[in-house]
Amino acid sequence: MHYIFEPGFFASGPVHVALAVGTVVAITSAVVGVFTVTRGQSFAGHSLADIATTGGSGAFLVGINQFWGYLAFGAGAAAFMEMIGIQRRRGRDVATGVVLGAALGLAALFLYLGTQYSTTTGASFTILFGSIFVLTPSTVPALIASALLALATVAALARVLLLTSLSPDIAAARGVPVRAVGAAFLMALAVSVALSAMIIGAVLSTALLIGPAATALRLAKSPVQAAITAAVLGVLAIWIGIVLAYDSFYWPPAGRGWPVSFFVVTLIVGGYLITYLRRDRQSAPQENVDAEQACSPA
Amino acid sequence: MFTGVMVNTWIAATAVAIIAGVTGFFAVLRGSTFAAHAIPNGAFAGAAGASLLGLNPFAGLAVFSVAGALGIAGLSRRSRPDVATALTFVMMLGIGALFVSWSSQYAQEAYSLLFGEVFGVSTDEVLPILVLGALSIAAIVVMFRPLMLSSALPEVAAARGVPPRRMDLAFLLVMALATSMTVPVVGALLMFSLMIGPAAAARSLTARPVLAMTLSVVIALVTVWTGIVASYQSNWPLGFFVGILGAAFFLAGRAYAAIRRDRTERSSDRPANPGLVPG
Repeated sequence: MHYIFEPGFFASGPVHVALAVGTVVAITSAVVGVFTVTRGQSFAGHSLADIATTGGSGAFLVGINQFWGYLAFGAGAAAFMEMIGIQRRRGRDVATGVVLGAALGLAALFLYLGTQYSTTTGASFTILFGSIFVLTPSTVPALIASALLALATVAALARVLLLTSLSPDIAAARGVPVRAVGAAFLMALAVSVALSAMIIGAVLSTALLIGPAATALRLAKSPVQAAITAAVLGVLAIWIGIVLAYDSFYWPPAGRGWPVSFFVVTLIVGGYLITYLRRDRQSAPQENVDAEQACSPA
Repeated sequence: MFTGVMVNTWIAATAVAIIAGVTGFFAVLRGSTFAAHAIPNGAFAGAAGASLLGLNPFAGLAVFSVAGALGIAGLSRRSRPDVATALTFVMMLGIGALFVSWSSQYAQEAYSLLFGEVFGVSTDEVLPILVLGALSIAAIVVMFRPLMLSSALPEVAAARGVPPRRMDLAFLLVMALATSMTVPVVGALLMFSLMIGPAAAARSLTARPVLAMTLSVVIALVTVWTGIVASYQSNWPLGFFVGILGAAFFLAGRAYAAIRRDRTERSSDRPANPGLVPG
């Protein structure tokens, strides 16, 4: 047992918080991720994480709670993307890219001003990669509340979301307000991504959003099954990642622990590759849907 | 502003703007904006690894950006391109985080790789930028027609015997090549802003490919030159001005296109031909 769990693993306060928060974030990201992947909005999902971190550094600069910076920039960017045409498949990636480019410009300015005044050269780095072990327990209730909000939005919209993702024309003909549904989903995505980016960093946020969902969509036969599989995979990845990161404290070469994000990302991408290579030999009907949509000009 | 070290800055920035204008035009046309973001940003992991091993960071950037291009193209064969890009990207960044945690004094360098050090360009750095820039422009000129066809009309291109996957890989490799040399100078974030904003603006101004590509280069040049002047005067980072100007040009282009479309729709009954204009 000691070979797997280093002594002190179960008694460590930061580990408890990391495990609890990691579980909540993994489940929310996985469920929202299933719809994100189905709708082909991975780029938006990643961009919102990057943009939210810009808001975080802006809030840091003016001295208000970072939580509001993350949320405001995430939601604002989502509204902006929606306005300039993310709802059209063709112009979507470009609109996302332009908003991301502008936000990254702001990030450069905020970090420049921030480092000029406080000389925290490591700030840009923490903002990108986050650190799950230095969470304060007081942020946990707010996190859980907003995760529930995002989950509830997606659950309430699940049926129409699937319909509008798979065939927007049929949905429109049936009287579904396609654009409003898309906007509501983008908001839910922004909230969930902004929070996960604040807690685990932009990199892990994207990994947990896309990886488990994409793997689950290759395995599962129904959307509900996919959501459950994705949640299980996401939780497993973050738990094993945290255990390994804790264990790695005495590993070479530096002797101060390998980053959690490395382990979690490796596990997630590894899991995807296993299903990817397995499906190589047998062509599954599930994939025809995927391939069909991938072929439509983006 | 035009003396000494600043001359290198102007030369490097002009070369980067031309490369970004041309490759960005195709990135926008093909819908590979995510890859345009992922390859320069992910490649920083290579620089981190190279500095860990005491090698030239250029080598690390080149290896990782090419690996990123291969990863995206390889995974795209049987998954959605955006999922393939996202997973390749996070894997590269995850490895980057590992490398950074192994070395102890990397934070400052990581900052300069993300945001660039355009005002500290040495003559040694200008030459490789010019050579690789010329190479990637030459590669795009050589495969201009098939690349154009497969970007605008993938089905027609496939029917005419242009292999779409090989074109995809070729384009991603050109982007990786352009990236690996420009990132240390202008930064990964600026390279991305400079590729997307001007190209997207140019595409909403005209539907003619060669004209749109020229416009994209011109707007990129104007953006980067204005940015350098503003940055020189205010001491604020160049990335900020480039990011904001790129978005401003895009919005102006969209407004112009909307006004023009409105006018043509009012003057004639038949709908305006959208052509290459995103719509």
